[in-house]
Amino acid sequence: MLNIVNKSPLDRGSLDSCLQAADGGAILLIEDGVYGATKGSVGEAKIKSAAGKFKLYALAADAEARGIADRMMDGVTLVDYNGFVDLVAEHKTCQSWL
Amino acid sequence: MTIKKFMFVNRKAPYGTVYALESLEVVLIAAAFEQDVSLAFLDDGVYQLKKGHSTKGIEMKAFEKTYGALEDYDVTKLYVDEESLAARGLTADDLCIPVETMSRAALGKMIEEQDVVLSF
Amino acid sequence: MAIEVNGKSYETDEEGYLVNLNDWNEDVGAELAKTESVTMTEQHWEVVNFLRDYYNEFQIAPAVRVLTKAIGKKLGPEKGNSQYLYELFPYGPAKQACKIAGLPKPTGCI
Repeated sequence: MLNIVNKSPLDRGSLDSCLQAADGGAILLIEDGVYGATKGSVGEAKIKSAAGKFKLYALAADAEARGIADRMMDGVTLVDYNGFVDLVAEHKTCQSWL
Repeated sequence: MTIKKFMFVNRKAPYGTVYALESLEVVLIAAAFEQDVSLAFLDDGVYQLKKGHSTKGIEMKAFEKTYGALEDYDVTKLYVDEESLAARGLTADDLCIPVETMSRAALGKMIEEQDVVLSF
Repeated sequence: MAIEVNGKSYETDEEGYLVNLNDWNEDVGAELAKTESVTMTEQHWEVVNFLRDYYNEFQIAPAVRVLTKAIGKKLGPEKGNSQYLYELFPYGPAKQACKIAGLPKPTGCI
């Protein structure tokens, strides 16, 4: 399954819910969700504690807009909009943690 | 015109919602009317000042640049919560303009001293 | 609304401001000046170009008080005063010069 998170982890519980409930697969961070994977942040610690359970992606345009593309934690693959579409197509189902 | 102390309390990340941009617009209007304006940034609001925004990919205005004009508007009182920065792996050096960092409690006292508080 | 320049049409809003910032060139500026009944001189262009540079740097059209101060800093005190700017743009320097510069209406301009 592809999990999409679009909220900042320090503003909403979307990332927490996703990390706790989802049974592996991939997580794609978009919009304010990209803050979750910034180095040295609380979000990074949460994602690390679920290490290995998920493949991690972040939308490059959203990370660049927020000035954090060069601050992504290890193990995050930045994807463009085409990559976003590919991820959706590759996975049988998709859950948006709005 | 009576001059009042206006504080804008910014708690939202930029771009994901319109709060940050709307706040900045009202800040400029208040400053154009020569009010005593100060800005507080806490929680995800500190992300508004993270330097190096490049918004071409999301086709939105990079209003980060506009914070640089605040000085021309005589808006120089910018306060940032240091706890919020730390939780996000940021320091004052990561921000696009010079600010004064302080504890959450000190910021709360600052908000208490205002005539008008606008929340974004 | 729209204005016609060199056989090309450019979209403007209901107050006559250019809709697309990137549509602007000096000919478009000159045509916008006509709609404001402003005869452009070197002094006018200096202010218009200053505004375009300011917009590029800060992404806003400054309020008139800020414009006056910023022009004074860059072009000297004899130009950084409202009398000089109102002589060039009688219906409001920020408003008229911004329109001619192809910028949106200044923030804080009622």
